[in-house]
Amino acid sequence: MSQPVSPTMTKAAPSAAPRRQVRTLPLLLPAVVLLLLWSILPLLQTILYSFQHYNLMEPPAAYNGGLNYTYLFTDSSTWTAIWNSVVLVAGVLAASIVFGTIIALLLNNDFPGRNIARLMAIAPFFVMSPVAALIWKNLLLDPVSGLAGWLMTLAGLKPIAWFSVYPMLSIVVIYSWRWIPFATLILLTALQSLDTDQLEAARMDGAKGFARLRYIVLPHLGRPISIVVMLESIFMLSAFAVIYTTTNGGPGDATTTLTYMIFIRALNDFSIGSASAAGVFAIVLANILAFFLIRAVSRTLQA
Amino acid sequence: MKPSLASRVVLATLAWAAALIMVFPILWMLVTAFKTEGQAIAIPPLLIFTPKLRSFFDATQNAGYLLFALNSVIVSVGATVLAIAIAFPAAYALAFFPGKRTEFTLMWMLSTKMLPAVGVLMPIYLFLKNVHLLDTRLGLVAIDTLMNLPIVVWMLYSFFKDIPHEILEAARVDGVGPRQQMIHLLLPLAGPGVASTALLSVILAWNEAFWSINVTASHAGTLAAYIARFSAPEGLFWAKLSAASVLAVAPILVFGSLTQRRLVRGLTFGAVK
Repeated sequence: MSQPVSPTMTKAAPSAAPRRQVRTLPLLLPAVVLLLLWSILPLLQTILYSFQHYNLMEPPAAYNGGLNYTYLFTDSSTWTAIWNSVVLVAGVLAASIVFGTIIALLLNNDFPGRNIARLMAIAPFFVMSPVAALIWKNLLLDPVSGLAGWLMTLAGLKPIAWFSVYPMLSIVVIYSWRWIPFATLILLTALQSLDTDQLEAARMDGAKGFARLRYIVLPHLGRPISIVVMLESIFMLSAFAVIYTTTNGGPGDATTTLTYMIFIRALNDFSIGSASAAGVFAIVLANILAFFLIRAVSRTLQA
Repeated sequence: MKPSLASRVVLATLAWAAALIMVFPILWMLVTAFKTEGQAIAIPPLLIFTPKLRSFFDATQNAGYLLFALNSVIVSVGATVLAIAIAFPAAYALAFFPGKRTEFTLMWMLSTKMLPAVGVLMPIYLFLKNVHLLDTRLGLVAIDTLMNLPIVVWMLYSFFKDIPHEILEAARVDGVGPRQQMIHLLLPLAGPGVASTALLSVILAWNEAFWSINVTASHAGTLAAYIARFSAPEGLFWAKLSAASVLAVAPILVFGSLTQRRLVRGLTFGAVK
């Protein structure tokens, strides 16, 4: 199979013949058309619904002007949800950047068992969110039988019901556990492409470990870190499964993010109109972030 | 001048400590899966006990578990095969016949990945309902295919770019058509890249939870939905839940560790290699 260009297959095509330009359109068309349908149609429909009073429990749908948007922005629960989203994204980002960078730098050194240590540090990224949520909710953070509670008792403290007392912190911890490895993986890959000659030269010139880190390694990580920031922001804005599996947005609305609020309005209240207005808002937010990501990626295409 | 032995020992210890802390919750789940229900909630936690396979047995005997596991396999493999079949020709065209619109096409595809799923939840849900694809594997395969298509195109594109143009050019001059070039030249040449792309697609589809939770019920749900949904009633049975979870994440942990470095290309749209 690896030598397909056998002489028998070669048609009489002398090199003098005009180059046959391959028609790329039929090759591209299936992917482009499908993505076009997938990205445009539902979006248009969401926008349409967002201007309707439309509840699956009380049909039919009726145009109601911008009322859904008026409610959306005057309802204090919207602002709570936006604030919760900001806290979640910022918390996970901070943890990912700080710990992701530290762990990547540590794992980039040469030491015994390095490959196994790398696999172990990256493994949580491959654990599906519902499982991640349940490990933490039951095995680790449960106040009665969880490991954290037992450790706190050993230390003479009272065990804490984490998901009732610090619900958002608990969610941030679980998501960070999944996303720190993502940052580690990307930064480690970036570190491996770092020119070792340059580091060696710096060492020869007497640059101390910290100076090499500060002036050569960290600047090299600038761009990968910005990629991590943008990708994780986009993913975390859509964070859903961990909240669904642990707190269901509660207690009260303490962990109801924008995404979770839309989910509740849509599939619990069947209030399609108001869910869609919030959906349009979420799409606009995501697009602002995506704009910066695409600009960054576009630069690498040209490079 | 090498760093001193002492500093290397300290750095290695720190690295191992970090790795062990990160992997600990997974190991703890694995240990719990081999306990009895009573041992699983014992305080102080049991470290020395006779491992039992009982929980694995109970978990897989549970109504629906095997169906959901089968759904996970069918949906992730089905979506991957479809996505690669659609993306392969597109990536071939973009990588080897770049035109004025190539960059725009790639960027536009990337941008479709940025659409938050929850923003289009209702239209997709109602559409599936109207065409009777709610809670079907076909519906979920379609969603996962479309969801992963941009990443698959990008990742294939990035691997194709590494293949010397001259090889395909020579075949073309010899009159080998695009279909033959793709099947007989590109596929073997980019084999490892295509395999990594397929693995990433399987991983993403297998772990996908949002759509699986929202557009499936008892027929087409994947393990992600199973574990998320059954967490409340089964939450009391930690050993059983741990065993079910171990089985759900084990294949992906293996796949992921096989390709960790190559995955970065797909995950970052080629921005970090």
